[in-house]
Amino acid sequence: MKTMKIKMLPVAIWCLAVVSAIPAVATAAVERYVIDTEGGHAFVQFRIKHLAYSWLYGRFNDFSGTFTYDTEDTSNSKVEVTIDTASLDSNHAERDKHLRGKDFLDVDRYPQASFKSMAYKETGFNTSVLEGELTLKGITKPVRIEVQRIGNGPDPWGGYRRGFQGSTSFALKDFGIDYNLGPAAREVEMILSIEGVRQ
Amino acid sequence: MWRNTDDGYGWVAVVLHWLVAVVVVGLFALGLWMVELTYYDPWYRRATDIHKGVGILLFLVMLARLGWQLANPRPAPESTHSRLERVTSAITHVLLYVLMFAVMTAGYLISSADGRAIDVFGLFTVPPTIAGLPGQADIAGDVHLALAIALIVLAGIHSLAALKHHFIDRDRTLSRMLGRRTPRPLRSNANSRRGA
Repeated sequence: MKTMKIKMLPVAIWCLAVVSAIPAVATAAVERYVIDTEGGHAFVQFRIKHLAYSWLYGRFNDFSGTFTYDTEDTSNSKVEVTIDTASLDSNHAERDKHLRGKDFLDVDRYPQASFKSMAYKETGFNTSVLEGELTLKGITKPVRIEVQRIGNGPDPWGGYRRGFQGSTSFALKDFGIDYNLGPAAREVEMILSIEGVRQ
Repeated sequence: MWRNTDDGYGWVAVVLHWLVAVVVVGLFALGLWMVELTYYDPWYRRATDIHKGVGILLFLVMLARLGWQLANPRPAPESTHSRLERVTSAITHVLLYVLMFAVMTAGYLISSADGRAIDVFGLFTVPPTIAGLPGQADIAGDVHLALAIALIVLAGIHSLAALKHHFIDRDRTLSRMLGRRTPRPLRSNANSRRGA
């Protein structure tokens, strides 16, 4: 009986470990992240040519979003972001006022812009393409974001983080903005720098 | 006579009144026009620079005008004016001043919303005081436009009242503000014609 007990113990421990690991494995594949806007480790930026002579940069200060990252099947990863359009900041109050107005974003009528991903496909070692729908000024159109995987791992404060950078460009006219800024400024480029904290 | 008397306005007050009148109407028209200009219009930047520069100068002129009023006797209302006319005209004058200062302050708060100074024709700059309030430029912009419209409406009523005094009541109200000191000959002519 004594030997039996000793033999059974490792088996019992192994069984317990397997059983308890099942949900852990299942949840570990799909990681849920909240974009770290609270700590300011995420940026929704844009740039557009001024005349044809330089790049003008701006950003949206208020937004929120979440993403999931499936470590087993990355194509199952998803992201959703909502942007407060009135939080536009291009480092010039008079220009921001104009950009928030009817000529551009008309933020009184369209206070929110949003992005919802439809497909995510890895294209290289740390590159991928995120396809989704962008809603801006009440118009929803598909956009294709070139994504770079920047890194992931534990942070020094007991959390776990994962970050990406993405960029896409589209014609302002596609989203109902037809103010003439000149032939070099028909397209705007969005640069999205996103860090998520795993939940 | 460059100073006011109990009976009429000196030419300093008269010149200041008409200067401010022309500039206020001019700035209103310029403001409405400049916000509609397209990006490639040669006036896109120049018009706003002029609007801001003239606005700041108007503020200085208005300070001088207030100072001049305090240092001068206030001409008594025309004896033919009714009590209602005296009260409403006094209220209108105060409101015109309040609105002018409020419109100029709101305009200043738009352009200095992010801590930028306002350049006045390259002569000097006005530093920001209040900057960075949430939505400052947008709110100040809405207030600037709404109060400017109110100011123009009130100034319109003020001018109509002056014309009514001139052409219907045939009193000295308007001619006093044109610098005339003597009673209007028109009035005595009209009376004598009526009497004949």
